[in-house]
Amino acid sequence: MQVQGANGSGKTSLLRTLCGFIRPDEGEIRWRGKRVGDLGEDYHAELLYLGHLNAIKDELNALENLQMSAGMAGYQVTEQQAIAALRRMGLQRREHLPVRVLSQGQRRRVALARLLTSAAHLWILDEPLTALDVGAVGLMQELIGEHLSNGGMTIFTTHQPLQVAGVETRQLTLI
Amino acid sequence: MNKLSLIGLFGLVVRRDLLLAMRRRADVLTTLIFFVMVVSLFPLGVGPEMDMLRKMASGVVWVAALLASMLSLPRMFSADHADGTLEQMMLAPQSLSVLVLGKIVAHWMLSGLPLALIAPVLGLQFDMPPQALWILVLALLLGTPVLSMIGAVGAALTLGLRGGGVLVSLLVLPLCIPVLIFGAGAVEAVTSGMSVVSNLSFLGAFMLFALVFTPFVAAQALRISME
Repeated sequence: MQVQGANGSGKTSLLRTLCGFIRPDEGEIRWRGKRVGDLGEDYHAELLYLGHLNAIKDELNALENLQMSAGMAGYQVTEQQAIAALRRMGLQRREHLPVRVLSQGQRRRVALARLLTSAAHLWILDEPLTALDVGAVGLMQELIGEHLSNGGMTIFTTHQPLQVAGVETRQLTLI
Repeated sequence: MNKLSLIGLFGLVVRRDLLLAMRRRADVLTTLIFFVMVVSLFPLGVGPEMDMLRKMASGVVWVAALLASMLSLPRMFSADHADGTLEQMMLAPQSLSVLVLGKIVAHWMLSGLPLALIAPVLGLQFDMPPQALWILVLALLLGTPVLSMIGAVGAALTLGLRGGGVLVSLLVLPLCIPVLIFGAGAVEAVTSGMSVVSNLSFLGAFMLFALVFTPFVAAQALRISME
């Protein structure tokens, strides 16, 4: 599902509410029929959230960042798996560089590499295409397509048109 | 893909914070150097009167340790907050309290533990007797974790506020007074030939009490700060 809307229309707030950072003033968020507040950590295990901030550390290299953030999400990733994920994101030979020296787009790619190592069912992506080049946007379409064909769900916001092959994207426009 | 257990996640957070500190050593060293400087100023300022120095030694070391631990508190969560890691921690499939405890333990290993280990060297400047030095180390080992734990609650509450650094000291210092009294009291007791058991027991009790409650409270405070 693609969430659209002008700046300040509440896209990020909606996604943060879905993650449970913000409590809704009215109504409730349900996952598989149960309130997410009651599910707590069980809901978190099925959720992968990527916000405006990349959640990567300047001092660590791409490989360490990926392994740490996977660990934070509750699963272990071997070095081979992490390197394979970074290669797929187009970061060959950048694995051992401190993230500090990478460009904005490359940092975003490091953050997005988490999608490849995660087993989460629901992806919530806030502006995943920021700072990405044309090639990487194509790669993202591919990744989302794979995730959906594996039975996953994706909610994302973007200002760019994003066509996922073989699937009709549902659009939600906030005004 | 292997799932991480509760203890695995705790270990990961501790290792991560230690690794980050190793890559950014200046932060750790400032706390330690501040502690050494403040304690060393007193013998220079007061003058070489052994009796006076011996009497004030434990108090000076404890006050300096308290101030040094305040110095590193604002950094406890702020970097993770700024780069979005904290959001990811809240979405971890394990209890946030465990992750917070991991951060507290790492903070203590980088701020409290080095202070306790270097304290005997500083104690020599005050002509402290050997048995008092041992008790000083022991009391610091029991007391500094409490400072890190109470400090975590303060740091979590003031996260993202302007001037949070001063505010956290104002919030946390009054709560640390009991630790200061019993910590300094233990050393005074041994120099005056009394039993140190009661003072150390109190410090141990504070530590266990804080260990049970503060990670949970700090986790709740973080949730509020993130809204």
